Amino acid sequence: MIESDAFVQAMQDMGVNFFTGVPDSILGGIIAELMDRRLYTPAVREDEAVAMAAGAYMGGKIPAVLMQNSGLGTSLNTLISLNVIYRQPCILIVSWRGQGGKDAPEHLVMGEVMPQFLDTMKIPHRTLTEKTSIEDFKWVAETFMKQRIPVALFITKGVVKGLHP
Amino acid sequence: MRPEQGTLISRAQAMAALLQLLTDQPVIVCNGFPSREAQKIADRPTHFYMIGSMGNAPAIALGVALAKPNRQVVTFDGDGNVLMGMGTLATVGALKPKNFIHVVFDNEVYGTTGNQPTISNVVPLEKVAKAAGYVNVERVLDHDDLVYEFKDMLKKDGPSMLLVKVNEFAEDAGRIVLDPPDITKRFMKAIE
Repeated sequence: MIESDAFVQAMQDMGVNFFTGVPDSILGGIIAELMDRRLYTPAVREDEAVAMAAGAYMGGKIPAVLMQNSGLGTSLNTLISLNVIYRQPCILIVSWRGQGGKDAPEHLVMGEVMPQFLDTMKIPHRTLTEKTSIEDFKWVAETFMKQRIPVALFITKGVVKGLHP
Repeated sequence: MRPEQGTLISRAQAMAALLQLLTDQPVIVCNGFPSREAQKIADRPTHFYMIGSMGNAPAIALGVALAKPNRQVVTFDGDGNVLMGMGTLATVGALKPKNFIHVVFDNEVYGTTGNQPTISNVVPLEKVAKAAGYVNVERVLDHDDLVYEFKDMLKKDGPSMLLVKVNEFAEDAGRIVLDPPDITKRFMKAIE
């Protein structure tokens, strides 16, 4: 399991210096660490978070947006009619609720279709694992720099330490 | 549903008056006619013209304002836009960026899609902003009040909202000329 502070440090080492988003339990440890480091600007909806990240990017920041995968539905229009067409990149740190069909009913549909959903929107994505984490972060940074569009890193349950052990 | 009595000014007239008072401040302009009118009245590299993502103008402006705390950031917004992204009033009100000025041209209609009524005739958006935590809030109906209050807001710490009641008239203004990636590049360079 990746420690939350190691995850945040890896993001900071990549140059990420603006974090916003809407919480999820899987991301709880990361958000607590970001708040400890006074790096987190909370948003009230995921589309707002994505738009705020776009503004921060244009103001010279390297932004990341944290959200539960349900937030991809909420932010879809902003992602495609702002970030993608204007070439405003951000790193989407997305918790993969409903993965493998084991979660509350509201997460099951998005949990099943999420990778295809992002493929359809042409948003590159990858799933973080402890074993491949160095390559995963490297891929995120390279895709961000090269494509200048949002890039998603999926976080599955238990890969990054949450609030409760 | 017509704009409230006493409203004589058009959005383009109001915008022209505001742009005369602005120089190199970043201005995020919401999608639809407002962006087209701003481009026609005074095209500046410090303007970010939105063509989509309705409701997100203040969120983009907030991101710029947080990234550039020493620059005053302005957003030109509309009543339909504010209603769509109303949560952002709360985010701005809670974060209280001092360098944030939110101008809302309130014509009580979705003008770009054919003047279907919004609900801003019964929901006073500047009062919502005040309740959410905006520091300065004004509602103006005519040109002189508009100029007076905007000059005042430029001198004050925000966040501020200037709600301008305007009529439904839309200027004959063409689509945004620049490609979206070029708007991003131009804007980033201008506010560097």
